[in-house]
Amino acid sequence: MTGETTIHGPSSVMELERFMNRSSKGNIKIGSKSRSQKAVRGLIIGLLAITIYAFVTFDYQGIDFAEAVMETLHNIRTVFLEPELSRDTISGVLYQLLVTFCLGTLSTVIGAVLAFFCSLLCASNIAHPLSVRIVKSLVAIARAVPTVLWVLIFAVSAGLGSVAAVMGLTFHSFAYLTKAYAESIEEMDPGVIEALKANGASYWQIICQAVVPTTITSMVAWTFMRFEINFANAVAMGAAAGAGGIGFNLYMAGSFYFDLREMGILTYIVVIAVILLEMVSTRIKAKVK
Amino acid sequence: MALLEFQHVSKIYDNVTRALEDVTFTVEEGEFVSIIGPSGAGKSTLLRCINRLVDASSGKIIFDGQDVTSCSKKELREIRTKTAMIFQHYNLVDRLSVVENVLHGRLGQKSTLSGVAGHYTEKEKEEAFRIIQEMGLIDQAYKRCDELSGGQKQRVGIARAIMQHPKLILCDEPIASLDPKSSKVIMDHLKEINENKKITCLVNLHQVDVAMKYSGRIIGVTAGRIVYDGPTEGLTKEMIHEIYQSNENDLITDVAG
Amino acid sequence: MEQTMDIFKRRKMTYTAVFLVFIAVFAGASYVADFRVVDGILSFPAAISWIASNLIPDQAALERLPNILDKLLETALVSVAVTVVAAIFAFFFSLLGSNITKIHFAVKRIVRIIAAFFRNVPDVVWAMLLMFSFGQNILTGFFALFFTTFGLLTRAFIETVDEVSSDCVEALEATGANLIQMVFQGIIPSSLPGIITWVLYMIETNIRSSTLIGVLTATGIGYLFDLYYKRLDFASASLVVLSIVVLVLVIETISNKLREVIL
Repeated sequence: MTGETTIHGPSSVMELERFMNRSSKGNIKIGSKSRSQKAVRGLIIGLLAITIYAFVTFDYQGIDFAEAVMETLHNIRTVFLEPELSRDTISGVLYQLLVTFCLGTLSTVIGAVLAFFCSLLCASNIAHPLSVRIVKSLVAIARAVPTVLWVLIFAVSAGLGSVAAVMGLTFHSFAYLTKAYAESIEEMDPGVIEALKANGASYWQIICQAVVPTTITSMVAWTFMRFEINFANAVAMGAAAGAGGIGFNLYMAGSFYFDLREMGILTYIVVIAVILLEMVSTRIKAKVK
Repeated sequence: MALLEFQHVSKIYDNVTRALEDVTFTVEEGEFVSIIGPSGAGKSTLLRCINRLVDASSGKIIFDGQDVTSCSKKELREIRTKTAMIFQHYNLVDRLSVVENVLHGRLGQKSTLSGVAGHYTEKEKEEAFRIIQEMGLIDQAYKRCDELSGGQKQRVGIARAIMQHPKLILCDEPIASLDPKSSKVIMDHLKEINENKKITCLVNLHQVDVAMKYSGRIIGVTAGRIVYDGPTEGLTKEMIHEIYQSNENDLITDVAG
Repeated sequence: MEQTMDIFKRRKMTYTAVFLVFIAVFAGASYVADFRVVDGILSFPAAISWIASNLIPDQAALERLPNILDKLLETALVSVAVTVVAAIFAFFFSLLGSNITKIHFAVKRIVRIIAAFFRNVPDVVWAMLLMFSFGQNILTGFFALFFTTFGLLTRAFIETVDEVSSDCVEALEATGANLIQMVFQGIIPSSLPGIITWVLYMIETNIRSSTLIGVLTATGIGYLFDLYYKRLDFASASLVVLSIVVLVLVIETISNKLREVIL
C-alpha cells in the first residue's frame, strides 16, 4: 500500500499538535498564511484608511449638506419626472444625437485601424522585444492622459470643434485598443504561428492567415466595447470641450439656460441610445463568434 | 423505521422537463446504496430533493422521521445538518484554507454571528484536524484549497461532510472528475466511513463496475424512473443495458471487466 | 486544390467587402460630423509639436507645481474615496441582484434596472445637476462620479459573484448554513479577487473622469488645467498633464503588482 491510499486511524490531539499553529493566546489558527491573504487584508485596510483620511481633509467650504441634498433630490425629480422640450425640436435633437454617434464611429474606426497595426508591433509573440517595450510604454503614457485633455491639446491647433474632438477621442481609443488587441494576439496558441513559419510563410501571410482569423472575435468584441465607451465620451466631449453633438445641447441646457426639463429629455434620449447600442453590440459580438 | 423514504416523488422543471417520475424507495440506516444511470437521468435531482437544494414537485420524502417536503425553514436547517453532501466539482471555497473549509461543516449548527466571524471552538478545531489527519491531508491543513489536486480536494469535501456528524451522506458523482487512482482512494474512504462510523451513504455513480464493487444495493434510474432496485448480485447484464438504454457492446465499462 | 482556391478567394472578397464598408461608414460619418480628414491629419503634427515645445516646464510653471500637486492629491483622494464608498454600496446591491442569493426575483429585477440607470446616465449630466445644488464644491465631483461608479460596479459585482461562487454556496447551503453565513464564508472569500480587480480599475478610471468633471464644474485638477489653458499658459497646462500621467502610471503599476500577488 502506498502512502496515498493509507487510511489513517484516529489519533490523539498530542500527535496532531505539531501540525497546528497557535496564536499568542493559545488558540488554534485556521486561516491560510499565504502572501495573497495578507496583501488583500493590507489593501482593504489601506483603501479604507485613505477614504477616511480623504473625508476628513476635504475642503467642504462650509456647505449646508442637508439643504444641498434636498435641492439635489428636487432637481433630480424635475429632470427625470418632468422632462419637456422647450428650446430644441425633437428632430434637431435626434440629428445632434446622430452627430455624436458619428463622432464616436469616426474615432473608433480610425483608432481601431491604427491600433491594429500598432498591436502587431507590440504583441510579444510576434514583435521584436525592443519594439514591444517602446510601443507599450508610449501607449501606456497616451492612455494615461484623460480624453478631455487630448481634445483640448488638439484644439490648440485645430480649434474647438469636431476635428479636435475626433482626434482627441481617437488618440485615447487608439491607445486603449492597442493594448487590448496586443493582449488578444499574445493569447494565441503559439503552435499556429510556428506551423506557418515552418511552412515558410512570410510575415504578412502569417498575419493574414493566422493572426487575424484567430483573434478577430476578441478584436471585434473589444472594438464594440470601445465604441460604447467612445459614444459616452463623445457626449461628454460635447459638454466639456464644445465638440458638438447632443453633449453640447446638454451643456447649453444645463449650464447656460438652466433648463432642467430640457436636460431631462436629452438625458433620456442619451440613455435610450446607449442601451440600444449595448443591445446591438451584444448581438453583433454573438454573431461574430 | 427506515432512515429515508421516498413516496411517489416527481420533479418537473419549468413545467416541461420531467426529471423524476413517481420515485418510491426506502433506505435503511447503515446501507451503502449506489444510484446508477445515464447522464440526465435525474440522479442529481433525486439527491438534491433530499436536502431541498431542489424542491420536489409532488410526493413525500421522509428523512429520519421528518417530512422534508413540508418542513419549516428551521426544520430544514436541522435536516441539512444531518445530511451532508459531496459534489462532483468538490464545491470548496478555493481561497480559504483546508481547515476553514472543513469547519464549514459546522456552520449549520452555529449562530449566525460566529459563522460570520469564522469563529469556532477549540474542540471543533481539534476535531477538524483529527478528521484531516484521517483523510491523510494533515500536511496540507493550512494550504489554500486551490493549491490541492482534485483527489485531495475531494478528500476535503469528505472531511467537511464528516465534520457535520451526519446520519446520511449524499454523494453526487464524487469520482466523475478524478483519475482511477484518486477515485479508488475516495471510494475507499466512503466505504470506511460507512462501515466504521455507521453513516448511511447514497452515492450517484457513472461507473457500473465501481458501484458493483462498493455497494450492497443498487438503484438504476432511467429517464426519471427507477428501473432496478435490489442487491448488487441481482443486477444482470441485461438490466444494465436497460438502465443505460444501450445495445450489447455499446458500453465501455462492461460488467465482466 | 480548387477547394482551397475558393477559400482564399472568399477570404479576399470578405476583406474587400469589410474594407469598402469601412470607407463608406467613414465618409458618411465624416460628412455628418463635419470632420475634415486633412485638418485632422494636419492637427496631429501640430499637437505633437505643442507637446514637445511645452514638455519641459518653465520657471513660472515650476512655481505652480505645489498648487498642482495639491490639486492632484485631492483628485487622487476623491477617486479612491468615491470608488471605495461606491464599492461598499455596490456590493450589498449586487448581493440583492445576484442569481445565487435567491432573494426574490422582483428584487433582482429592480436592482438590475437601478444599476443600468446609474450606469447609463452620463456623468456630465450628474455633474451639471449637482452644480445647481452643491456649486463648485468638492462634493459635486464626488457625487457625479459616485453615481456612475456605483452603477458600473453593481453590474460588475453581480457578474463576479454569479461567476465564482455558485458552487461553494451550494455546498454551504447543503451544510445548513444560512444566507448571512453563506455570504461571509462563501461569497466574500471567493469573489474578493474579482472585486478588488474592479475596484483598482475604477480608481484609475475615476482619476481620468474626475479631470473631465473638473473641467466642466470648475473644480479639482481639471479646473486647474482649464484655467492655465485659457490663459494660454501652456507650459503650466502641460505640467498638469504630465502630473496626471505620472499619477495614473504609478497607480497602474501598483495595481498590477497587487493583482499579481492576489490572483
